[in-house]
Amino acid sequence: MKHLQCINRKAVRIAEHLAGEDVVALQQGPPQQQGGPHFPLGCTLVFSPGWEADQKGGTAGLCTPVERDLFDCHEGCFWPAQVPDQLNHAPNWTSKCASAQKDWRKIDLVFP
Amino acid sequence: MTTIALGDFHSFEASGREFLYLAPSAAVFQLDDTASAILARLRKGQTEPQEVVEELSQRFPRSEVQESINELLRVRAIGVVDLPVPESARQMPPENFPLTTMVLNVTNQCNLSCSYCYEYGEDKIVDTENGRKPKFMSEQIARESVDFMLREVGDNPVAHLTFFGGETLLNLTVLKSTIAYAQKRAAEAGKQVDFSLTTNATLLQPDVIEFLADHRVGVTISIDGPKEVQDRFRVFSNGAGSYDFVIPKIRELLRRHRTRPVGARVTLTTNQIDILRIFRHLTQEVGFWEVGFAPVTTSPNRDYAISGEGFENMLRQFQALAQEFLEAALEGRHHGFSNVKDTLEEIHQGVSKPFPCGAGLGLVGVSTDGDVALCHRFAGSDAHKLGTVRTGIDRLVQIGFLEKHHIADKTDCSKCWARPLCAGGCYHEAHTRYGDTGHANLHYCEWIRAWTDTCLRVYGELATRNPGFLQQFDERAEHEASPVH
Repeated sequence: MKHLQCINRKAVRIAEHLAGEDVVALQQGPPQQQGGPHFPLGCTLVFSPGWEADQKGGTAGLCTPVERDLFDCHEGCFWPAQVPDQLNHAPNWTSKCASAQKDWRKIDLVFP
Repeated sequence: MTTIALGDFHSFEASGREFLYLAPSAAVFQLDDTASAILARLRKGQTEPQEVVEELSQRFPRSEVQESINELLRVRAIGVVDLPVPESARQMPPENFPLTTMVLNVTNQCNLSCSYCYEYGEDKIVDTENGRKPKFMSEQIARESVDFMLREVGDNPVAHLTFFGGETLLNLTVLKSTIAYAQKRAAEAGKQVDFSLTTNATLLQPDVIEFLADHRVGVTISIDGPKEVQDRFRVFSNGAGSYDFVIPKIRELLRRHRTRPVGARVTLTTNQIDILRIFRHLTQEVGFWEVGFAPVTTSPNRDYAISGEGFENMLRQFQALAQEFLEAALEGRHHGFSNVKDTLEEIHQGVSKPFPCGAGLGLVGVSTDGDVALCHRFAGSDAHKLGTVRTGIDRLVQIGFLEKHHIADKTDCSKCWARPLCAGGCYHEAHTRYGDTGHANLHYCEWIRAWTDTCLRVYGELATRNPGFLQQFDERAEHEASPVH
């Protein structure tokens, strides 16, 4: 800071905190996959209630939107039986889907 | 359009510059002319940032003003009007907070009959004469207290053990054996124990002084000043004053006990606020290293209670002594006015307290039967009991107390800039004045603000003119609970 001079120790700590506060894009480099993908053992081993059906058996009250499944299987743990191989065969599979919750209908089937 | 306005701070001047003391962060910043001008403008009323830039553009480059506004916004010295203020989390201390200081009331008996005494006078909490509490702490309870202290001290390498009373030295036997026991147990546990005590000096025989010096026991003497001041309240049960009796003993103590600085602790009452004279007497004529003053704790209707005018008088003299302290500190000399030094240390660290003191948190008082209370002033009171030395601190009672006394719940304090340091003031004072430990001590708000302002000015002068003096506070612990006698 230029116009305010830190006098006591608390002021120094605030200034240090503020100096670290400015957030810019990719400030800390590209996201690191520390500890591996977030479902390292596959989703089948994790009990994640509220994904497939809500308490009444429907999909209206899920704790995460049902559409999230799509990307979770696709990115978190690649599951070729359900989602296309986006690395090799279908690189543009989700190109029209910016937001899964809104645009999930735009994701189409892939015909080899 | 955005509108900006002044935030929550107190501004003060030192060495011809403007400083800010921010609440609740307790940070101290020095302003340059641009920042000062911005605040001066906003004191006239809230407005748009662009307006401020325009108005000040004659005096400062526009970019500088804009930059300065941004800085003031970021430290929250100013804020955007109508923008929801991010609610600061109500921070509670971590669970199982380690004990720093245990005050051991080795007796509740006293050989003086000071009429203002909170333990024996009209405002006492515990019946020390006919109550069910033992008059003296047994060796057994004292040992259990030491074990309790070393258990509760957690990872702290040092525990502070303060002996208190009544008149502490009436139970010299237990005091001596407890020190020996604590040293042994602490050595086994790989810890250190720092010993101190408060006494009225009547029982300071040469062998006692020898013992205190040899064991590096920090001594605080309760004394009110020159003869006629001391003898007004600090009397024996037959009404005879204690000055002539204690002074030779104190001189002997000061001569012999050189291992720790010896301090005096003065209780101020309405007719006894010639602070400058008391200070000169105790430091120059008697030879105390430090002297601390506190107004008597009493309900407002007592004739010795300090009120409005008395507080003003007290403030003027505190300010005069603070000025002396500053002059000494600028030249690197010692000055024994401990009230200002303690506050300077807290300002330097930027202490922002959720609670007024460490009572019930880092500090507890233990009564003669081993009950653990908030502090020594509440020792023996069932209503303020936190547990026993045998069973430990009842964490639910402790958390309940802390929840109830958090600064966030003291609405009276929510708009006060001095709250980081005061936090509503002494629980015991509040209990005596208002019958509620959680009540803010509203009777001395003006005084606290004026006194804090004085200390801030001293701090600002030192920070600009002799910052080396403040380095002594860098090494000390962030905040240690210490008993207020």
